[in-house]
Amino acid sequence: MTRTPHKHSERRSGSAPIGRVMAQVAMVMNLDKCIGCHTCSVTCKQTWTNRAGTEYAWFNNVETRPGQGYPRGHEDQDRWKGGWRLKHGRLVPRSGGRARRLARLFANPELPTLDDYYEPWTYDYETLTSAPLGDDVPTARPRSLINGAETEITWGPNWDDDLGGGPARLAADPVLKQLERVGQKVRLEYEQAFMFYLPRICEHCLNPSCVAVCPSGALYKRIEDGIVLVDQDRCRGWRMCVSGCPYKKVYFNHRTGKAEKCTLCYPRIEAGEPTVCSETCVGRLRYLGIMLYDADRVGRAAAVEDEQELYEAQLDCFLDPHDPEVARAAEESGIPHDWVTAARRSPVRALISDYRIALPLHPEYRTMPMVWYVPPLSPVVEALSKDGHDGEDPANLFGAIDALRIPLEYLAGLFTAGDTGPVEAALCRLAAMRSYMRRINLGQERDCSLAAAVGLDAERMEEMYRLLALAKYEERYVIPTSYTGQVPDPDAAADTGCGLDGEGGPGMYERPGETFHALAPAVGRQDGEGGENEADEEDGELAGSATRGRVNLLNWDGRGRPAGLFPRRRGGERA
Amino acid sequence: MNHLHIALWGVLPYLVLALFVGGSAWRYRYDRFGFTTRSSQLYESRLLRVGGPLFHYGLFLVLGGHVVGLLIPEGLTDRLGVSEGFYHLNALLVGGAAGLAAVAGLAVLLWRRLRVRAVRAATSRSDRAVYPVLLAVLLAGLTATASGAAAGSYDYRLGVSVWFRSLFLLDPDVAAMRGAPLVYQLHALLAMALFGLWPFSRLVHAFAAPLGYLARPYIVYRSRASSAAAQRGAR
Ligand code: HEM
Ligand code: SF4
Ligand code: SF4
Repeated sequence: MTRTPHKHSERRSGSAPIGRVMAQVAMVMNLDKCIGCHTCSVTCKQTWTNRAGTEYAWFNNVETRPGQGYPRGHEDQDRWKGGWRLKHGRLVPRSGGRARRLARLFANPELPTLDDYYEPWTYDYETLTSAPLGDDVPTARPRSLINGAETEITWGPNWDDDLGGGPARLAADPVLKQLERVGQKVRLEYEQAFMFYLPRICEHCLNPSCVAVCPSGALYKRIEDGIVLVDQDRCRGWRMCVSGCPYKKVYFNHRTGKAEKCTLCYPRIEAGEPTVCSETCVGRLRYLGIMLYDADRVGRAAAVEDEQELYEAQLDCFLDPHDPEVARAAEESGIPHDWVTAARRSPVRALISDYRIALPLHPEYRTMPMVWYVPPLSPVVEALSKDGHDGEDPANLFGAIDALRIPLEYLAGLFTAGDTGPVEAALCRLAAMRSYMRRINLGQERDCSLAAAVGLDAERMEEMYRLLALAKYEERYVIPTSYTGQVPDPDAAADTGCGLDGEGGPGMYERPGETFHALAPAVGRQDGEGGENEADEEDGELAGSATRGRVNLLNWDGRGRPAGLFPRRRGGERA
Repeated sequence: MNHLHIALWGVLPYLVLALFVGGSAWRYRYDRFGFTTRSSQLYESRLLRVGGPLFHYGLFLVLGGHVVGLLIPEGLTDRLGVSEGFYHLNALLVGGAAGLAAVAGLAVLLWRRLRVRAVRAATSRSDRAVYPVLLAVLLAGLTATASGAAAGSYDYRLGVSVWFRSLFLLDPDVAAMRGAPLVYQLHALLAMALFGLWPFSRLVHAFAAPLGYLARPYIVYRSRASSAAAQRGAR
């Protein structure tokens, strides 16, 4: 489907000279629609981290905010030292430069331990069936998946879901603490509290600090689509990336001794399909598309002095694919034509650069994240309705956005390094859209002044509404299939393999009985140093035959017939 | 007796060397995925933060001492005007301190291995072979160093070192080692056992020392093609 081109608001791309153009597959999530169902987390886990060693790894997790997040308090960079900081105007990883990293190899002082995540567990299910007949109902006791001992369950990946645990727990939220430091007292009692869900994956940053702190050069950013990956064959288990990522989205596989992270489901993206979390999202709130950016501007943008200017600085890195100069420069940089056209239709670009309603998560970490968020209006609307006001009346809404400082400042703490301006502007656009569309739904006349009040015209307002409310599958996910690009600086890149399929690695075929649901014998399970790949190959055969002929409904878009549903006809063609 | 000495000091070192080189090459070829520290810090951090650096830094100093003591002939230091007494005092104090640090560090690590349940559960068969040998090498070495404190004690630079250098000239000086005290012989034998185990244990992580990091740009870019091609080749 084609949509009429928008008026384009990317500034500068016309005036400043264009450097090397790169393409990034980026995501936007519309937080108003997230119902906190955790479907995305579970489908992601089943796809990528259902192996022993990655029990605690949630490439996608959904946090209730305010809340501590996962791992607990991961946003407190004074403690974890993730991301970058400015040192005499230059960017250095917050955890220190190269020499300091090497000196700390033998024990990483900033590494979170399982206590900061949680101790994964299973239950003694067997006792349910094997307990002798008696008066007592048999129970399945929890058992640690780390050491096999009986355990107490005291924390989990979303322990404070829906504000669970109450004010005492929530107070440990680093964003709240920051607000308090600047003198905002936030009420956390249930009646006064606001809340929303924040699904998080790896940000596939333009300036990834996980890559910067990896001593082996095992982490890399793919030049074609910007996806950040760990080369499993090059990873030596120095576990620096785990602490180097400010979003704590690199996990250490404690069985294989290798780092693993969200892959943006690159095998699917390469085939033009959305990630599993997007595909299965119940709220249909995720958007995937291409962003073109000027790689030469990234370093300077990430190093602007004032943290609150990082959002604008990142916007300035993005290029307008409708600009013929940009299209030409992109093709000169080796980006195929269909990627440029895809960038024009990119829903992500529309939300980020056109409508300016999507914001980056924690730009102050200076990694230039590429999963952006449409901030939720619902805390404001709910607060209004609770007070008996009409939550969709424009006058009420605009006033409330301004008056309800707490949610506003909290959101600014997440998305704009504390600058409420851009958050307020985004929320006002969303509020105006609500009111504008309500009039239409009620059969009243269009109120163009509502659109004008937030800098849009009627046509763009309705387009924005369509994109946020109605967009179909192929409008939410505009992903061109893969191509092969050129390494920008041959010295900066290595060319060794990217083996995901080592024993226990992300591409490993599931060993029967070796997933984390089953308790492996705790002692000596890492036996067999060396030569382990042979066993792996056998298992590969095994799993391959077990799944052969099955239909993968995850890849099915709900239209037509899923591939492989019917057996092949004689002659090799599919029925 | 003589045959035994020829076997131990003339033949065994070459067998161990062949095993060390061949084993490492084999491991790298067939188990690159296994080249990792297999860090256990996720399970336990407090003890590791003491034991890990103490052990490794102590060990590196000890290794430095070995390079000086084994590879630099006594004649050279003499000519440079370093007196025998000064040299040995230095070796005793610095070497002894480094050795003690390494042993203390290893003791912390071993305690942690045995006492922290999760770490214990993650201990492999090869670990169970390596830790005792490692500890024994260190203790034997430390004893040898300490025995050098006595006046008129054995000067290893005229015996063990001569033998060690002769190995690389492919003309093993068995006699030089035969005359060495038992602790020295034990230390050398245990060290050979350690090198034999090396390629088949977690010790391969030492080969991966990421010195290239010092010269690398922070951000690594890679083309999809290079990884895809390598992957096709590997499988
Ligand atoms: C060359 C540079 C070396 C580096 C960078 C290095 C680094 C490391 C690292 C990161 C760990 C993992 C600690 C953890 O998180 O659990 C480790 C463990 C270990 N290293 Fe090294 N190492 C080096 C050399 C050596 C050498 C030469 C030896 C012995 C001969 C050695 C023996 C050990 C042992 C025994 C452990 C296991 C400690 C434990 O968890 O109990 N390392 N090393
Ligand atoms: S969010 Fe992803 S790309 Fe960014 S630093 Fe963390 S792991 Fe790296
Ligand atoms: S599946 Fe969608 S709606 Fe459900 S928690 Fe995940 S992001 Fe939110």
